[in-house]
Amino acid sequence: MDKFFTQMSEAFSNPALWEEFRTGIWDTLYSTVVATAAACVLGLILGVLLVAGERDGVRPLPAPVMKVLNFVINILRSVPFLILMLMVLPLSKLLVGTKIGTIASIPPLVIAAAPFVARLVEASLREVDKGVIEAAQAMGCSPFQIIWKVILPESLPSLVAGFTTAFITILSYGAMAGAIGGGGLGKIAINYGYNKYNYAVMLIAVVLIVILVQIFQSLGTWISIRSDHRLTGKSGRSRRKKEISSRIDREKKTPGVM
Amino acid sequence: MIELKHISKIFPTADGEFQALTDVSLTIPTGDIFGIVGMSGAGKSTLVRCINLLERPTSGQVLIDGLLDESGKAVDLCALPPAQLRKARRGISMIFQQFNLLMQRTCLDNICFPMEIAGVSKAKARARARELLDTVGLPDKADAYPSQLSGGQKQRIAIARALASDPKILLCDEATSALDPTTTRSILRLIQDINRRLGITVVVITHEMAVVEEICTHVAILEHGHMVETGTVEAVFSNPKTEAGRRLVYPEGVQIDQLPPAGVVRIAFNGGSSYEPLIASLAIDCGVKVNILGADTRNVNGQAFGTMLLGLPEDKSEAAKAMSYLKAQKDVTVEEVHDYHG
Repeated sequence: MDKFFTQMSEAFSNPALWEEFRTGIWDTLYSTVVATAAACVLGLILGVLLVAGERDGVRPLPAPVMKVLNFVINILRSVPFLILMLMVLPLSKLLVGTKIGTIASIPPLVIAAAPFVARLVEASLREVDKGVIEAAQAMGCSPFQIIWKVILPESLPSLVAGFTTAFITILSYGAMAGAIGGGGLGKIAINYGYNKYNYAVMLIAVVLIVILVQIFQSLGTWISIRSDHRLTGKSGRSRRKKEISSRIDREKKTPGVM
Repeated sequence: MIELKHISKIFPTADGEFQALTDVSLTIPTGDIFGIVGMSGAGKSTLVRCINLLERPTSGQVLIDGLLDESGKAVDLCALPPAQLRKARRGISMIFQQFNLLMQRTCLDNICFPMEIAGVSKAKARARARELLDTVGLPDKADAYPSQLSGGQKQRIAIARALASDPKILLCDEATSALDPTTTRSILRLIQDINRRLGITVVVITHEMAVVEEICTHVAILEHGHMVETGTVEAVFSNPKTEAGRRLVYPEGVQIDQLPPAGVVRIAFNGGSSYEPLIASLAIDCGVKVNILGADTRNVNGQAFGTMLLGLPEDKSEAAKAMSYLKAQKDVTVEEVHDYHG
Protein backbone atom coordinates (compact mmCIF):
# COMPACT_ATOMS: atom_id res chain seq x y z
CA MET A 1 0.00 0.00 0.00
CA ASP A 2 2.87 2.32 0.84
CA LYS A 3 4.30 1.60 -2.56
CA PHE A 4 1.04 2.69 -4.14
CA PHE A 5 1.09 6.08 -2.40
CA THR A 6 4.73 6.60 -3.32
CA GLN A 7 3.89 5.81 -6.95
CA MET A 8 0.94 8.18 -6.76
CA SER A 9 2.96 11.10 -5.44
CA GLU A 10 5.68 10.37 -7.98
CA ALA A 11 3.14 10.35 -10.73
CA PHE A 12 1.75 13.72 -9.70
CA SER A 13 5.19 15.31 -9.58
CA ASN A 14 6.40 13.86 -12.87
CA PRO A 15 5.87 16.35 -15.76
CA ALA A 16 6.98 13.77 -18.33
CA LEU A 17 4.18 11.49 -17.19
CA TRP A 18 1.67 14.31 -17.45
CA GLU A 19 2.85 14.90 -20.96
CA GLU A 20 2.28 11.22 -21.63
CA PHE A 21 -1.26 11.47 -20.24
CA ARG A 22 -1.95 14.52 -22.41
CA THR A 23 -0.91 12.62 -25.51
CA GLY A 24 -2.82 9.60 -24.29
CA ILE A 25 -6.06 11.56 -23.92
CA TRP A 26 -5.55 13.14 -27.30
CA ASP A 27 -4.79 9.79 -28.97
CA THR A 28 -7.80 8.15 -27.37
CA LEU A 29 -10.14 10.98 -28.36
CA TYR A 30 -8.70 11.21 -31.84
CA SER A 31 -8.91 7.51 -32.65
CA THR A 32 -12.35 7.18 -31.03
CA VAL A 33 -13.81 10.15 -32.89
CA VAL A 34 -12.42 9.10 -36.26
CA ALA A 35 -13.36 5.45 -35.79
CA THR A 36 -16.85 6.34 -34.51
CA ALA A 37 -17.48 8.71 -37.41
CA ALA A 38 -16.42 6.09 -39.95
CA ALA A 39 -18.30 3.27 -38.17
CA CYS A 40 -21.45 5.40 -37.92
CA VAL A 41 -21.41 6.27 -41.62
CA LEU A 42 -20.89 2.63 -42.56
CA GLY A 43 -23.32 1.40 -39.92
CA LEU A 44 -25.96 3.92 -41.01
CA ILE A 45 -25.76 2.73 -44.60
CA LEU A 46 -25.92 -0.92 -43.54
CA GLY A 47 -28.76 -0.21 -41.09
CA VAL A 48 -30.79 1.60 -43.76
CA LEU A 49 -30.26 -1.32 -46.13
CA LEU A 50 -31.36 -3.78 -43.43
CA VAL A 51 -34.62 -1.91 -42.80
CA ALA A 52 -35.45 -0.58 -46.26
CA GLY A 53 -34.37 -3.75 -48.05
CA GLU A 54 -36.42 -6.30 -46.15
CA ARG A 55 -39.43 -7.92 -47.77
CA ASP A 56 -41.98 -5.33 -46.68
CA GLY A 57 -39.50 -2.46 -46.48
CA VAL A 58 -39.76 0.72 -48.53
CA ARG A 59 -37.32 -0.56 -51.15
CA PRO A 60 -37.16 -4.37 -50.97
CA LEU A 61 -33.85 -5.93 -52.06
CA PRO A 62 -33.43 -9.47 -53.38
CA ALA A 63 -33.66 -11.99 -50.53
CA PRO A 64 -30.15 -13.45 -51.15
CA VAL A 65 -28.62 -9.97 -50.78
CA MET A 66 -30.37 -9.53 -47.43
CA LYS A 67 -29.25 -12.99 -46.31
CA VAL A 68 -25.60 -12.25 -47.11
CA LEU A 69 -25.83 -8.85 -45.42
CA ASN A 70 -27.27 -10.32 -42.24
CA PHE A 71 -24.79 -13.19 -42.29
CA VAL A 72 -21.74 -10.93 -42.61
CA ILE A 73 -22.99 -8.62 -39.86
CA ASN A 74 -23.65 -11.52 -37.51
CA ILE A 75 -20.26 -13.15 -38.18
CA LEU A 76 -18.36 -9.90 -37.64
CA ARG A 77 -20.26 -9.30 -34.43
CA SER A 78 -19.41 -12.74 -33.06
CA VAL A 79 -15.63 -12.47 -33.43
CA PRO A 80 -14.03 -11.26 -30.17
CA PHE A 81 -12.62 -7.81 -30.71
CA LEU A 82 -8.98 -8.52 -29.90
CA ILE A 83 -8.90 -11.43 -32.36
CA LEU A 84 -10.65 -9.37 -35.00
CA MET A 85 -8.06 -6.66 -34.49
CA LEU A 86 -5.22 -9.13 -35.00
CA MET A 87 -6.92 -10.36 -38.15
CA VAL A 88 -7.44 -6.86 -39.50
CA LEU A 89 -3.99 -5.49 -38.70
CA PRO A 90 -2.59 -6.47 -42.12
CA LEU A 91 -5.35 -4.31 -43.57
CA SER A 92 -4.20 -1.47 -41.32
CA LYS A 93 -0.72 -1.88 -42.71
CA LEU A 94 -2.20 -1.62 -46.19
CA LEU A 95 -4.43 1.37 -45.39
CA VAL A 96 -2.33 3.49 -43.04
CA GLY A 97 1.11 1.98 -43.49
CA THR A 98 1.64 0.68 -39.95
CA LYS A 99 0.52 -2.09 -37.63
CA ILE A 100 1.17 -0.28 -34.39
CA GLY A 101 0.06 2.98 -32.82
CA THR A 102 -3.16 4.91 -32.55
CA ILE A 103 -3.83 5.22 -36.26
CA ALA A 104 -3.29 1.52 -36.88
CA SER A 105 -6.07 0.71 -34.42
CA ILE A 106 -8.65 2.75 -36.30
CA PRO A 107 -9.41 0.32 -39.20
CA PRO A 108 -10.02 -2.66 -36.87
CA LEU A 109 -12.19 -0.48 -34.65
CA VAL A 110 -14.26 0.59 -37.65
CA ILE A 111 -14.66 -2.94 -38.93
CA ALA A 112 -15.61 -4.25 -35.51
CA ALA A 113 -17.99 -1.38 -34.74
CA ALA A 114 -19.74 -0.90 -38.10
CA PRO A 115 -21.86 -4.09 -37.82
CA PHE A 116 -22.64 -3.22 -34.21
CA VAL A 117 -23.75 0.27 -35.27
CA ALA A 118 -25.73 -1.28 -38.12
CA ARG A 119 -27.81 -3.25 -35.60
CA LEU A 120 -28.28 -0.18 -33.39
CA VAL A 121 -29.37 1.85 -36.44
CA GLU A 122 -31.66 -0.96 -37.53
CA ALA A 123 -33.37 -0.94 -34.13
CA SER A 124 -33.74 2.86 -34.21
CA LEU A 125 -35.18 2.92 -37.71
CA ARG A 126 -37.69 0.22 -36.83
CA GLU A 127 -39.07 2.47 -34.11
CA VAL A 128 -40.47 4.81 -36.77
CA ASP A 129 -44.24 4.48 -36.89
CA LYS A 130 -45.32 2.36 -39.86
CA GLY A 131 -48.33 4.63 -40.26
CA VAL A 132 -46.12 7.66 -40.88
CA ILE A 133 -44.27 5.76 -43.60
CA GLU A 134 -47.59 4.72 -45.08
CA ALA A 135 -48.75 8.35 -45.05
CA ALA A 136 -45.59 9.36 -46.91
CA GLN A 137 -46.18 6.63 -49.48
CA ALA A 138 -49.75 7.83 -49.92
CA MET A 139 -48.40 11.32 -50.63
CA GLY A 140 -46.30 9.97 -53.47
CA CYS A 141 -42.86 9.86 -51.82
CA SER A 142 -40.18 7.82 -53.54
CA PRO A 143 -38.35 5.19 -51.47
CA PHE A 144 -35.33 7.47 -51.26
CA GLN A 145 -37.48 10.40 -50.08
CA ILE A 146 -39.06 8.19 -47.43
CA ILE A 147 -35.65 7.18 -46.11
CA TRP A 148 -34.13 10.65 -46.31
CA LYS A 149 -37.07 12.83 -45.33
CA VAL A 150 -39.13 10.57 -43.08
CA ILE A 151 -37.32 7.60 -41.57
CA LEU A 152 -33.98 9.23 -40.77
CA PRO A 153 -35.31 12.56 -39.38
CA GLU A 154 -38.04 10.79 -37.39
CA SER A 155 -35.53 8.45 -35.78
CA LEU A 156 -32.82 11.08 -35.27
CA PRO A 157 -33.03 11.22 -31.45
CA SER A 158 -32.80 7.46 -31.24
CA LEU A 159 -29.93 7.42 -33.75
CA VAL A 160 -28.04 9.97 -31.66
CA ALA A 161 -28.46 7.72 -28.63
CA GLY A 162 -27.16 4.80 -30.70
CA PHE A 163 -24.16 6.77 -31.92
CA THR A 164 -23.40 7.70 -28.33
CA THR A 165 -23.41 4.04 -27.41
CA ALA A 166 -21.11 3.36 -30.36
CA PHE A 167 -18.72 6.13 -29.27
CA ILE A 168 -18.47 4.76 -25.74
CA THR A 169 -18.05 1.19 -26.93
CA ILE A 170 -15.37 2.20 -29.42
CA LEU A 171 -13.59 4.19 -26.71
CA SER A 172 -13.38 1.19 -24.42
CA TYR A 173 -12.38 -1.16 -27.23
CA GLY A 174 -9.73 1.34 -28.28
CA ALA A 175 -8.37 1.06 -24.76
CA MET A 176 -8.29 -2.71 -25.18
CA ALA A 177 -6.34 -2.23 -28.39
CA GLY A 178 -3.57 -0.83 -26.18
CA ALA A 179 -2.70 -4.43 -25.35
CA ILE A 180 -1.60 -5.21 -28.90
CA GLY A 181 0.04 -2.04 -30.03
CA GLY A 182 -2.77 0.50 -30.00
CA GLY A 183 -2.06 3.92 -28.50
CA GLY A 184 -3.88 6.19 -26.06
CA LEU A 185 -4.94 5.86 -22.45
CA GLY A 186 -5.42 2.10 -22.75
CA LYS A 187 -1.79 1.66 -23.71
CA ILE A 188 -0.67 3.77 -20.72
CA ALA A 189 -2.82 1.71 -18.34
CA ILE A 190 -1.53 -1.61 -19.66
CA ASN A 191 2.07 -0.40 -19.95
CA TYR A 192 2.31 0.89 -16.41
CA GLY A 193 -0.16 -1.34 -14.62
CA TYR A 194 0.64 -4.65 -16.28
CA ASN A 195 4.21 -4.32 -17.46
CA LYS A 196 5.66 -2.09 -14.73
CA TYR A 197 3.38 -2.87 -11.78
CA ASN A 198 2.73 0.84 -11.38
CA TYR A 199 -0.88 0.66 -10.24
CA ALA A 200 -1.12 4.36 -9.44
CA VAL A 201 -0.54 5.37 -13.05
CA MET A 202 -2.90 2.66 -14.22
CA LEU A 203 -5.56 3.95 -11.87
CA ILE A 204 -5.16 7.51 -13.16
CA ALA A 205 -5.46 6.27 -16.75
CA VAL A 206 -8.57 4.31 -15.87
CA VAL A 207 -10.13 7.29 -14.08
CA LEU A 208 -9.44 9.43 -17.14
CA ILE A 209 -11.14 6.85 -19.39
CA VAL A 210 -14.15 6.73 -17.06
CA ILE A 211 -14.38 10.55 -17.05
CA LEU A 212 -14.25 10.64 -20.86
CA VAL A 213 -16.99 8.01 -21.06
CA GLN A 214 -19.19 9.92 -18.62
CA ILE A 215 -18.71 13.22 -20.47
CA PHE A 216 -19.64 11.76 -23.83
CA GLN A 217 -22.51 9.72 -22.46
CA SER A 218 -24.04 12.83 -20.87
CA LEU A 219 -23.42 14.90 -23.99
CA GLY A 220 -24.96 12.29 -26.26
CA THR A 221 -27.99 11.82 -24.04
CA TRP A 222 -28.47 15.56 -23.83
CA ILE A 223 -28.36 16.01 -27.62
CA SER A 224 -30.70 13.07 -28.12
CA ILE A 225 -33.28 14.53 -25.74
CA ARG A 226 -32.93 18.09 -27.02
CA SER A 227 -33.49 16.92 -30.58
CA ASP A 228 -36.59 14.91 -29.73
CA HIS A 229 -39.74 16.91 -30.38
CA ARG A 230 -41.99 14.12 -29.24
CA LEU A 231 -41.10 14.94 -25.66
CA THR A 232 -43.15 17.56 -23.91
CA GLY A 233 -42.41 18.91 -20.47
CA LYS A 234 -39.85 18.05 -17.87
CA SER A 235 -41.24 14.67 -16.85
CA GLY A 236 -41.19 13.35 -20.42
CA ARG A 237 -37.59 14.40 -20.85
CA SER A 238 -36.40 12.90 -17.59
CA ARG A 239 -38.17 9.63 -18.36
CA ARG A 240 -36.49 9.51 -21.74
CA LYS A 241 -33.14 10.31 -20.14
CA LYS A 242 -33.45 7.24 -17.93
CA GLU A 243 -34.38 5.10 -20.93
CA ILE A 244 -31.39 6.22 -22.95
CA SER A 245 -28.99 5.82 -20.03
CA SER A 246 -30.14 2.31 -19.29
CA ARG A 247 -29.87 1.44 -22.99
CA ILE A 248 -26.29 2.68 -23.13
CA ASP A 249 -25.38 0.94 -19.89
CA ARG A 250 -26.79 -2.32 -21.20
CA GLU A 251 -24.61 -2.12 -24.31
CA LYS A 252 -21.56 -1.20 -22.24
CA LYS A 253 -21.82 -4.44 -20.32
CA THR A 254 -21.56 -6.69 -23.38
CA PRO A 255 -18.10 -8.22 -22.97
CA GLY A 256 -15.61 -9.27 -25.61
CA VAL A 257 -17.67 -8.82 -28.74
CA MET A 258 -19.52 -5.78 -30.01
CA MET B 1 -65.27 9.66 -60.32
CA ILE B 2 -63.55 6.67 -58.79
CA GLU B 3 -64.32 3.33 -60.32
CA LEU B 4 -63.29 0.12 -58.67
CA LYS B 5 -63.81 -2.86 -60.94
CA HIS B 6 -63.84 -6.41 -59.65
CA ILE B 7 -61.28 -5.76 -56.94
CA SER B 8 -60.00 -8.83 -55.14
CA LYS B 9 -57.21 -8.91 -52.63
CA ILE B 10 -55.55 -12.02 -51.27
CA PHE B 11 -52.98 -11.85 -48.50
CA PRO B 12 -50.58 -14.71 -48.14
CA THR B 13 -50.42 -15.71 -44.47
CA ALA B 14 -48.58 -18.33 -42.47
CA ASP B 15 -51.56 -20.65 -42.63
CA GLY B 16 -52.61 -20.28 -46.23
CA GLU B 17 -54.17 -17.44 -48.12
CA PHE B 18 -56.54 -14.89 -46.68
CA GLN B 19 -59.06 -13.40 -49.05
CA ALA B 20 -59.59 -9.86 -47.78
CA LEU B 21 -61.69 -8.63 -50.69
CA THR B 22 -63.78 -10.61 -53.15
CA ASP B 23 -64.84 -9.07 -56.44
CA VAL B 24 -65.76 -5.62 -55.15
CA SER B 25 -67.03 -3.18 -57.75
CA LEU B 26 -67.89 0.33 -56.78
CA THR B 27 -68.46 3.67 -58.44
CA ILE B 28 -67.92 6.80 -56.43
CA PRO B 29 -69.28 9.93 -58.12
CA THR B 30 -67.18 13.09 -58.28
CA GLY B 31 -67.85 15.53 -55.46
CA ASP B 32 -69.60 12.91 -53.36
CA ILE B 33 -69.01 12.01 -49.76
CA PHE B 34 -69.04 8.27 -49.94
CA GLY B 35 -69.09 6.05 -46.86
CA ILE B 36 -67.70 2.55 -46.74
CA VAL B 37 -68.88 0.76 -43.62
CA GLY B 38 -68.50 -2.65 -42.09
CA MET B 39 -67.46 -4.41 -38.94
CA SER B 40 -63.78 -4.53 -38.14
CA GLY B 41 -62.11 -7.06 -40.36
CA ALA B 42 -64.65 -6.59 -43.13
CA GLY B 43 -61.98 -5.28 -45.49
CA LYS B 44 -62.79 -1.56 -45.48
CA SER B 45 -59.25 -0.41 -44.82
CA THR B 46 -57.91 -2.75 -47.46
CA LEU B 47 -60.48 -1.48 -49.92
CA VAL B 48 -59.64 2.18 -49.35
CA ARG B 49 -55.95 1.34 -49.68
CA CYS B 50 -56.70 -0.15 -53.06
CA ILE B 51 -57.81 3.28 -54.24
CA ASN B 52 -54.32 4.77 -53.85
CA LEU B 53 -52.62 1.41 -54.21
CA LEU B 54 -51.07 1.32 -50.76
CA GLU B 55 -52.40 -2.18 -51.18
CA ARG B 56 -52.15 -3.52 -54.68
CA PRO B 57 -55.28 -5.50 -55.62
CA THR B 58 -54.59 -9.10 -56.55
CA SER B 59 -56.97 -8.57 -59.43
CA GLY B 60 -59.24 -5.83 -60.65
CA GLN B 61 -58.96 -2.29 -61.91
CA VAL B 62 -58.81 1.12 -60.24
CA LEU B 63 -59.91 3.96 -62.48
CA ILE B 64 -59.56 7.51 -61.25
CA ASP B 65 -61.32 10.39 -62.91
CA GLY B 66 -59.00 12.58 -64.96
CA LEU B 67 -56.28 10.00 -65.11
CA LEU B 68 -56.14 9.38 -68.83
CA ASP B 69 -53.60 8.09 -71.30
CA GLU B 70 -52.58 9.95 -74.49
CA SER B 71 -55.61 8.72 -76.38
CA GLY B 72 -57.95 9.98 -73.65
CA LYS B 73 -58.80 6.56 -72.30
CA ALA B 74 -59.06 6.01 -68.56
CA VAL B 75 -55.90 4.47 -67.14
CA ASP B 76 -55.89 1.64 -64.66
CA LEU B 77 -53.89 2.85 -61.66
CA CYS B 78 -52.52 -0.66 -61.21
CA ALA B 79 -50.92 -0.50 -64.64
CA LEU B 80 -48.90 2.65 -63.96
CA PRO B 81 -45.14 2.45 -63.54
CA PRO B 82 -43.87 3.48 -60.05
CA ALA B 83 -42.91 7.07 -60.92
CA GLN B 84 -46.27 7.80 -62.53
CA LEU B 85 -48.12 6.11 -59.71
CA ARG B 86 -46.35 8.40 -57.23
CA LYS B 87 -47.40 11.41 -59.27
CA ALA B 88 -50.98 10.14 -59.42
CA ARG B 89 -50.99 9.69 -55.65
CA ARG B 90 -50.45 13.42 -55.19
CA GLY B 91 -54.01 13.87 -56.42
CA ILE B 92 -55.34 11.40 -53.82
CA SER B 93 -54.78 12.50 -50.24
CA MET B 94 -55.39 10.41 -47.19
CA ILE B 95 -55.97 10.99 -43.51
CA PHE B 96 -55.69 8.33 -40.83
CA GLN B 97 -57.05 7.27 -37.48
CA GLN B 98 -53.64 7.80 -35.86
CA PHE B 99 -53.04 11.07 -37.78
CA ASN B 100 -49.57 9.90 -38.88
CA LEU B 101 -47.93 13.30 -38.62
CA LEU B 102 -44.16 13.65 -38.68
CA MET B 103 -43.41 14.02 -34.99
CA GLN B 104 -40.05 15.72 -35.47
CA ARG B 105 -41.44 18.44 -37.72
CA THR B 106 -43.45 21.50 -36.76
CA CYS B 107 -47.06 21.71 -37.91
CA LEU B 108 -46.09 24.18 -40.64
CA ASP B 109 -43.34 21.85 -41.90
CA ASN B 110 -45.75 18.93 -41.79
CA ILE B 111 -48.13 20.81 -44.06
CA CYS B 112 -45.21 21.79 -46.30
CA PHE B 113 -44.15 18.16 -46.64
CA PRO B 114 -46.30 17.10 -49.63
CA MET B 115 -45.31 20.29 -51.44
CA GLU B 116 -41.65 19.60 -50.67
CA ILE B 117 -42.08 16.18 -52.25
CA ALA B 118 -43.71 17.73 -55.30
CA GLY B 119 -40.86 20.22 -55.67
CA VAL B 120 -42.73 23.41 -54.74
CA SER B 121 -40.37 26.21 -53.68
CA LYS B 122 -39.97 26.64 -49.96
CA ALA B 123 -41.34 30.20 -49.81
CA LYS B 124 -44.39 29.27 -51.84
CA ALA B 125 -44.99 26.16 -49.78
CA ARG B 126 -44.80 28.08 -46.51
CA ALA B 127 -47.25 30.71 -47.72
CA ARG B 128 -49.68 28.03 -48.83
CA ALA B 129 -49.22 26.12 -45.57
CA ARG B 130 -50.17 29.24 -43.60
CA GLU B 131 -53.34 29.59 -45.67
CA LEU B 132 -54.17 25.98 -44.94
CA LEU B 133 -53.59 26.50 -41.22
CA ASP B 134 -56.26 29.21 -41.45
CA THR B 135 -58.55 26.87 -43.37
CA VAL B 136 -58.43 24.26 -40.62
CA GLY B 137 -58.72 26.89 -37.90
CA LEU B 138 -55.28 26.59 -36.30
CA PRO B 139 -53.39 29.68 -37.48
CA ASP B 140 -51.44 29.93 -34.22
CA LYS B 141 -50.02 26.40 -34.32
CA ALA B 142 -47.49 26.91 -37.14
CA ASP B 143 -44.45 26.44 -34.91
CA ALA B 144 -45.93 23.89 -32.55
CA TYR B 145 -44.91 20.24 -32.74
CA PRO B 146 -47.60 17.56 -33.11
CA SER B 147 -46.88 16.24 -29.60
CA GLN B 148 -48.12 19.56 -28.22
CA LEU B 149 -51.55 19.21 -29.85
CA SER B 150 -54.77 17.45 -28.89
CA GLY B 151 -56.14 14.64 -31.05
CA GLY B 152 -58.61 16.89 -32.82
CA GLN B 153 -55.92 19.47 -33.52
CA LYS B 154 -53.62 16.79 -34.89
CA GLN B 155 -56.33 15.65 -37.27
CA ARG B 156 -56.85 19.24 -38.40
CA ILE B 157 -53.14 19.51 -39.20
CA ALA B 158 -53.36 16.18 -41.02
CA ILE B 159 -56.29 17.54 -43.05
CA ALA B 160 -54.32 20.69 -43.87
CA ARG B 161 -51.42 18.51 -44.98
CA ALA B 162 -53.80 16.40 -47.07
CA LEU B 163 -55.07 19.52 -48.82
CA ALA B 164 -51.59 20.86 -49.54
CA SER B 165 -51.20 18.90 -52.74
CA ASP B 166 -54.54 20.23 -54.10
CA PRO B 167 -56.03 16.74 -54.30
CA LYS B 168 -59.16 15.72 -56.18
CA ILE B 169 -59.86 12.94 -53.73
CA LEU B 170 -59.63 12.71 -49.94
CA LEU B 171 -59.58 9.27 -48.35
CA CYS B 172 -60.46 9.18 -44.65
CA ASP B 173 -59.48 5.93 -42.94
CA GLU B 174 -61.32 5.88 -39.60
CA ALA B 175 -60.32 9.53 -39.34
CA THR B 176 -62.53 10.22 -36.34
CA SER B 177 -62.36 6.89 -34.56
CA ALA B 178 -59.71 8.07 -32.10
CA LEU B 179 -61.62 11.24 -31.23
CA ASP B 180 -64.34 12.04 -28.72
CA PRO B 181 -67.89 12.70 -30.01
CA THR B 182 -67.66 16.51 -29.90
CA THR B 183 -64.33 16.59 -31.68
CA THR B 184 -65.61 14.01 -34.15
CA ARG B 185 -68.49 16.28 -35.04
CA SER B 186 -66.23 19.30 -35.58
CA ILE B 187 -63.82 17.29 -37.77
CA LEU B 188 -66.75 15.93 -39.81
CA ARG B 189 -68.04 19.45 -40.29
CA LEU B 190 -64.59 20.49 -41.51
CA ILE B 191 -64.50 17.59 -43.99
CA GLN B 192 -67.99 18.43 -45.19
CA ASP B 193 -67.02 22.07 -45.56
CA ILE B 194 -63.95 21.13 -47.61
CA ASN B 195 -66.06 18.86 -49.79
CA ARG B 196 -68.55 21.65 -50.48
CA ARG B 197 -66.10 24.48 -51.02
CA LEU B 198 -63.37 22.67 -52.95
CA GLY B 199 -65.47 19.98 -54.62
CA ILE B 200 -63.12 17.27 -53.39
CA THR B 201 -64.50 13.74 -53.56
CA VAL B 202 -64.37 12.25 -50.08
CA VAL B 203 -64.28 8.56 -49.24
CA VAL B 204 -65.02 7.86 -45.59
CA ILE B 205 -64.11 4.52 -44.03
CA THR B 206 -65.75 4.02 -40.68
CA HIS B 207 -67.41 1.54 -38.38
CA GLU B 208 -69.48 4.30 -36.82
CA MET B 209 -72.87 4.65 -38.44
CA ALA B 210 -73.27 8.10 -36.91
CA VAL B 211 -70.42 9.35 -39.08
CA VAL B 212 -72.10 8.08 -42.24
CA GLU B 213 -75.45 9.53 -41.23
CA GLU B 214 -73.86 12.87 -40.50
CA ILE B 215 -71.95 13.55 -43.70
CA CYS B 216 -72.27 10.85 -46.35
CA THR B 217 -74.57 10.90 -49.36
CA HIS B 218 -73.86 7.36 -50.51
CA VAL B 219 -72.81 4.31 -48.60
CA ALA B 220 -71.50 0.84 -49.31
CA ILE B 221 -71.59 -1.98 -46.80
CA LEU B 222 -68.78 -4.49 -46.70
CA GLU B 223 -68.93 -7.84 -45.01
CA HIS B 224 -66.19 -10.47 -45.05
CA GLY B 225 -64.63 -8.82 -48.07
CA HIS B 226 -67.86 -8.75 -50.07
CA MET B 227 -69.77 -5.62 -50.91
CA VAL B 228 -73.25 -6.61 -49.80
CA GLU B 229 -75.20 -3.42 -50.18
CA THR B 230 -74.81 0.03 -51.68
CA GLY B 231 -77.02 3.02 -52.33
CA THR B 232 -77.96 6.40 -50.95
CA VAL B 233 -77.61 6.76 -47.22
CA GLU B 234 -81.38 7.33 -46.87
CA ALA B 235 -82.27 4.19 -48.77
CA VAL B 236 -79.76 1.91 -47.07
CA PHE B 237 -80.37 3.25 -43.59
CA SER B 238 -84.14 3.34 -43.74
CA ASN B 239 -84.40 -0.12 -45.21
CA PRO B 240 -81.24 -2.17 -45.04
CA LYS B 241 -81.76 -5.10 -47.35
CA THR B 242 -79.16 -7.42 -45.95
CA GLU B 243 -78.52 -8.86 -42.56
CA ALA B 244 -75.10 -7.24 -42.51
CA GLY B 245 -76.76 -3.91 -43.20
CA ARG B 246 -79.31 -4.40 -40.45
CA ARG B 247 -76.64 -5.43 -37.98
CA LEU B 248 -74.78 -2.22 -38.69
CA VAL B 249 -77.78 0.07 -38.74
CA TYR B 250 -79.44 -1.51 -35.70
CA PRO B 251 -76.50 -2.87 -33.71
CA GLU B 252 -78.59 -3.38 -30.58
CA GLY B 253 -81.38 -5.13 -32.45
CA VAL B 254 -84.77 -3.49 -32.83
CA GLN B 255 -85.44 -1.12 -29.97
CA ILE B 256 -88.61 -1.63 -28.02
CA ASP B 257 -89.79 1.20 -25.85
CA GLN B 258 -93.12 -0.31 -24.84
CA LEU B 259 -93.97 -2.68 -22.06
CA PRO B 260 -94.14 -6.21 -23.35
CA PRO B 261 -97.77 -7.15 -23.98
CA ALA B 262 -99.44 -10.13 -22.42
CA GLY B 263 -98.82 -12.77 -25.03
CA VAL B 264 -95.75 -13.04 -27.16
CA VAL B 265 -95.35 -15.48 -30.02
CA ARG B 266 -92.47 -16.29 -32.26
CA ILE B 267 -93.30 -17.07 -35.84
CA ALA B 268 -90.81 -18.58 -38.19
CA PHE B 269 -90.95 -18.19 -41.95
CA ASN B 270 -89.91 -21.23 -43.85
CA GLY B 271 -89.76 -19.81 -47.32
CA GLY B 272 -93.23 -18.37 -47.90
CA SER B 273 -93.76 -15.24 -49.94
CA SER B 274 -92.92 -12.35 -47.66
CA TYR B 275 -93.71 -11.49 -44.07
CA GLU B 276 -95.23 -8.06 -44.53
CA PRO B 277 -98.47 -9.18 -46.24
CA LEU B 278 -98.97 -11.66 -43.40
CA ILE B 279 -99.11 -9.00 -40.69
CA ALA B 280 -101.17 -6.70 -42.90
CA SER B 281 -103.64 -9.43 -43.79
CA LEU B 282 -103.88 -10.42 -40.14
CA ALA B 283 -105.03 -6.88 -39.38
CA ILE B 284 -107.40 -6.76 -42.32
CA ASP B 285 -108.85 -10.27 -42.16
CA CYS B 286 -109.24 -10.57 -38.35
CA GLY B 287 -109.19 -6.95 -37.34
CA VAL B 288 -106.45 -7.75 -34.83
CA LYS B 289 -103.49 -5.47 -34.42
CA VAL B 290 -100.24 -7.06 -33.32
CA ASN B 291 -96.97 -5.47 -32.29
CA ILE B 292 -93.82 -6.42 -34.11
CA LEU B 293 -91.31 -6.65 -31.26
CA GLY B 294 -88.41 -7.83 -33.29
CA ALA B 295 -87.61 -9.42 -36.58
CA ASP B 296 -84.73 -11.20 -38.09
CA THR B 297 -85.64 -12.12 -41.60
CA ARG B 298 -83.91 -12.57 -44.85
CA ASN B 299 -85.15 -12.41 -48.35
CA VAL B 300 -83.74 -15.17 -50.48
CA ASN B 301 -84.88 -14.95 -54.09
CA GLY B 302 -88.18 -13.41 -53.07
CA GLN B 303 -88.87 -15.93 -50.32
CA ALA B 304 -88.92 -15.02 -46.67
CA PHE B 305 -86.81 -16.85 -44.14
CA GLY B 306 -86.26 -15.98 -40.54
CA THR B 307 -88.22 -15.28 -37.40
CA MET B 308 -90.39 -12.52 -36.04
CA LEU B 309 -91.53 -11.76 -32.50
CA LEU B 310 -95.12 -10.60 -32.22
CA GLY B 311 -96.86 -9.08 -29.25
CA LEU B 312 -100.51 -10.16 -29.19
CA PRO B 313 -103.30 -7.90 -27.91
CA GLU B 314 -104.21 -8.17 -24.23
CA ASP B 315 -107.78 -9.09 -25.06
CA LYS B 316 -107.87 -12.90 -24.76
CA SER B 317 -110.37 -13.55 -27.56
CA GLU B 318 -108.54 -11.27 -30.00
CA ALA B 319 -105.26 -12.98 -29.11
CA ALA B 320 -106.78 -16.40 -29.72
CA LYS B 321 -108.19 -15.21 -33.05
CA ALA B 322 -104.76 -14.04 -34.13
CA MET B 323 -103.15 -17.30 -33.01
CA SER B 324 -105.51 -19.47 -35.01
CA TYR B 325 -105.09 -17.21 -38.06
CA LEU B 326 -101.32 -17.46 -37.87
CA LYS B 327 -101.39 -21.20 -37.29
CA ALA B 328 -103.52 -21.59 -40.41
CA GLN B 329 -100.81 -20.06 -42.61
CA LYS B 330 -98.65 -22.42 -44.54
CA ASP B 331 -94.90 -22.01 -44.48
CA VAL B 332 -95.20 -20.40 -41.06
CA THR B 333 -94.67 -22.06 -37.69
CA VAL B 334 -95.92 -20.42 -34.52
CA GLU B 335 -94.82 -20.92 -30.94
CA GLU B 336 -95.61 -19.10 -27.75
CA VAL B 337 -92.81 -17.39 -25.93
CA HIS B 338 -93.00 -17.41 -22.15
CA ASP B 339 -89.64 -16.05 -21.13
CA TYR B 340 -89.85 -12.80 -23.06
CA HIS B 341 -88.46 -9.87 -21.11
CA GLY B 342 -88.25 -7.21 -23.78
